[in-house]
Amino acid sequence: MIEIKNLTKIYHTTHQDIVALNNVSLSINRGEIFGIIGLSGAGKSTLIRCINMLEKPSQGSIIVDGQVITALNKNQLHLARQKIGMIFQQFNLLSSRNIFDNIMFPLEIAGIPPNQARIRVNELLEMVGLLDKARVYPDQLSGGQKQRVGIARALANDPKLLLSDEATSALDPQTTRSILKLLKDINTQLNLTILLITHDMNVIKQVCDRVAVINDSHIEEVGDVLSMFTNPSTATSQSFIQAIVNKDDPIEYSHNLLNSHADRSSRLIRVSFIGSSAGEPVISSMIKKYDIDANILYGNIDRVKDVPFGNLTLELIGSIDAIAQSMDYLKNSGLEIEVLQ
Amino acid sequence: MLDFTIAINTGMVGDFWLENSWIAEKVLIATWETLYMVVVSTALSYVFGLPLGVILVTTEEGHVLESKGVNRILGVIINAARSIPFIIFLILVIPFTRWVVGTSIGTVASMVPLTLAAIPFVARLVETSLKEIEWGLIEAALSMGANAWQIISKVLIPEATPSIILGVAITTINLVGYSAMAGIVGGGGLGTLAYYYGYQRYEDLIMWVTVIVLIVFVQCIQMLGDKMVAKTINKRR
Repeated sequence: MIEIKNLTKIYHTTHQDIVALNNVSLSINRGEIFGIIGLSGAGKSTLIRCINMLEKPSQGSIIVDGQVITALNKNQLHLARQKIGMIFQQFNLLSSRNIFDNIMFPLEIAGIPPNQARIRVNELLEMVGLLDKARVYPDQLSGGQKQRVGIARALANDPKLLLSDEATSALDPQTTRSILKLLKDINTQLNLTILLITHDMNVIKQVCDRVAVINDSHIEEVGDVLSMFTNPSTATSQSFIQAIVNKDDPIEYSHNLLNSHADRSSRLIRVSFIGSSAGEPVISSMIKKYDIDANILYGNIDRVKDVPFGNLTLELIGSIDAIAQSMDYLKNSGLEIEVLQ
Repeated sequence: MLDFTIAINTGMVGDFWLENSWIAEKVLIATWETLYMVVVSTALSYVFGLPLGVILVTTEEGHVLESKGVNRILGVIINAARSIPFIIFLILVIPFTRWVVGTSIGTVASMVPLTLAAIPFVARLVETSLKEIEWGLIEAALSMGANAWQIISKVLIPEATPSIILGVAITTINLVGYSAMAGIVGGGGLGTLAYYYGYQRYEDLIMWVTVIVLIVFVQCIQMLGDKMVAKTINKRR
């Protein structure tokens, strides 16, 4: 759906050149929700704005649905933009228009006849659950309602692609969830490709299929969300995930424990589990099978979209052989093992 | 006793009125002339000043009609026009006024310097109003595929309307002051009245009546402006 090739964006200021994007290549599939996560200043805002040419790339090319966006002339670009919806952190609704007319706005721009446009606006209002607010002005709405209007407006011209620029960053967690759910519903109902940028791993976790980590103007890591959560490969992704999944190991606490079992060996391990294996009683069978004690020091279970995943910090106590066999057993059961101590 | 007092009083008021009724008549005519001059000049100055203000904003770097040259040249011209004191400007444009109206004296002739002087002022006021609009709104319209004209007519002007109305009130009030200056060189209206009768003939009364009329005038314009703004804003809340 989107093909970004060697995209570079440099801002020229009087004092220096600032590289906002450095040779970024990315490809986004049709119908997926793709997240780009990064800290502020990492370049994610610039990247999403290059896709509808709100920012002109310095180098590289962007293809959206087979059309080379970076090579269009002004009029072609206006037409192409009508098929790329965008929603914003600050909603950006016109205060001079009521909700109905705000959603009408993109239809006016596209030159849709008013009669036809009014029917479409009513459909959209119903879709986002704001039929009763048609004659109300944006100032009278809550943040969540404003973003629903933003979404309705972005979908008015039946876009193939929706760009979301920190759309939930100004909202509280509960409202964020309801907006993300709406995006997810739209994604499945309309088979709409959604590209969203965020600094919040929770957003990625709740709706995204795939994710790219952007740091210091370049893409550090791309992958499906589940594997990034269970196996983050860069420091940036690890810190993002740690922010929402508590993986801090009670090393100090365990140190005392290890010393107190002088007669038997012990090992501190972290077990990670994904999907169906999360439901099986692997640990208790291991204990029965290998005459071993397992001391659970820390545990956590979470969900990425609908797939459960989690990790467990265990202290295994027993003979050296029994510990080794136990760890093999866990690995063979499809779990990931990491020896901490 | 009571009847007597009333009789004297009405008599006195009657005499005063008779003696000074010509003042009332003159003031009434002059007020109408000033109103006429100021309203028409304000309207004309917006016909030219509003588009210039829009051009000033939209030709800036990164805006929808970006053009460094146009922006710089227009800026220089506007600043130059605004730096000439009105009283000098008034004399400077007399040949032009004669060419347009046929004479340089009278109410209609004063509208020419008034309008010309207000245009650059209006352009800057409009510029300020349009710059108050958050860039995000323009960006949102751009993302929908709006062209420059759609952004100007559907985003910039409607969103800035309350602020533009306040600008109209400020311009009108300024032109009331300017029109008095134009009155000194034969422009008609309250200025001429105050100058000929108040200054040259020492008719204090006419001077004071003129001042009071002007104060009421300005108050009314500002109130009207505030009311209209409140109306547009309240509708949105």
